[in-house]
Amino acid sequence: MTTYYSEDHEWITVEETTATVGITAHAAAELGDIVFIEQKEEGDEFESGDEIGVIESVKAASEIYAPVDGEIIEANELLESNPGALNDNPEGDAWIYKIKLTDPAQLEGLMDLAGYKTFIA
Amino acid sequence: MTQIPKRTPLYDLHCALGGRMVDFAGWEMPVQYPMGIMGEHTHCRTKAALFDVSHMGQVLLQGPDAALKLEALVPAALIQLPEGKARYTFLTNADGGIMDDLIVANAGSYLFVVVNASMREQDILHMAASLKGIEVTEIFDHALIAVQGPSAEAVVSTHCPQAADMTFMQTLEAPIDGTVCRLSRLGYTGEDGYEISIPEACAERIASLMLSHPDCEPAGLGARDSLRLEAGLCLYGNDIDPTTSPIEAGLTWAIQNRRRTEGGFPGAARIMAELTDGPARKLVGIKPQGRAPAREGVEIHDMAGNIIGKITSGGFGPTVAGPVAMGYISAENSNIGTEIQLIIRSKPQPAEVCALPFVTQNYKR
Repeated sequence: MTTYYSEDHEWITVEETTATVGITAHAAAELGDIVFIEQKEEGDEFESGDEIGVIESVKAASEIYAPVDGEIIEANELLESNPGALNDNPEGDAWIYKIKLTDPAQLEGLMDLAGYKTFIA
Repeated sequence: MTQIPKRTPLYDLHCALGGRMVDFAGWEMPVQYPMGIMGEHTHCRTKAALFDVSHMGQVLLQGPDAALKLEALVPAALIQLPEGKARYTFLTNADGGIMDDLIVANAGSYLFVVVNASMREQDILHMAASLKGIEVTEIFDHALIAVQGPSAEAVVSTHCPQAADMTFMQTLEAPIDGTVCRLSRLGYTGEDGYEISIPEACAERIASLMLSHPDCEPAGLGARDSLRLEAGLCLYGNDIDPTTSPIEAGLTWAIQNRRRTEGGFPGAARIMAELTDGPARKLVGIKPQGRAPAREGVEIHDMAGNIIGKITSGGFGPTVAGPVAMGYISAENSNIGTEIQLIIRSKPQPAEVCALPFVTQNYKR
């Protein structure tokens, strides 16, 4: 299992052709107290760079951009009732989507953990 | 036009406290501290929070009949304002719109006026040009802090015993740790509290003294905004501006009876007509039924899909524990309980017109 990171501060953990997507702890800290998330539904298809949701913090609304092409398999229901989980554990149980990858080769365009750490430094 | 943001006398303290600094109306101000907006908001509602509001303009009006002359620019009754009392009012324009909202205090030999940061220059030019024979002096060498919340009295009176006996909208000069400051028992959070004008060289010491109280934590502009929104208080530039009248904005309470019948302030024709006939639109509280915050600019539709207004302030209310908003709605749709739709990201979301404020105001009358 490998985790990749996007310049839009998402992480994506891949097992074969399915993946889990969320926002990084760095992103969650920057957003501040998260109070609402609007998620896409199961079956929605998207391309890399598409808006696939909106996160609202006390301060402002921020879009979630797809790090790769794919299709939503599952949206995390926990976040609907408890959006604050995105502050508490954004890289754990507050994942946002399970997705099916259209083209796993796109992952090569993302960063590894060391690269992301340098990116946000 | 690029301008280097100005810094208040408390800039170094904000940085030392971990404040996240942003540019606000040309000032480098803390939007939040490590506690976060939600925590700071709740701390203010339950204990006490200290805000730096030094970016606001502090102005002295001195000269014969200053209160009478100022009445020509604002619809508040000022000539009978007793010494040691402050009043909320607004500068109106010839069309009956609001040029700025402000606090006017009778300090005895002069009037002490506090105006919004973004409107300082405009207001001072306007007052200087209009108030003949009155010296209009902006004071640049004083910080202004607000200590707000149910513990504010305990925090401030620890260092200034006189503060405990003050009532809502009372103002006086008193020493804090040996420095004479102007204390006013008011604020813009819906909570009891004080605004304190402090000579700048002493500001950091006195602010630190307040923060040394176990109940007092620093809070930034983020919490200030969510607190005033829950308290149903208007933000200049959002909820009130040169096109909105005080009657539309629900600020009729700030126009005392004598002024309602006599007029004699800019825009009196429109304002007095709206007092009689009612305004065409009204600023109302809006409670979204879902969890999505409805922010400034969101369109308001009736249940048939007709545009009936717009959100002017909106966000998440930490004390309400849900989204809250204010906006203008056509008068016929403005009754409490009216079902409406908010167009958030192109999708209609159900909401309801509700009473303001969203939380009970907690002033010491």
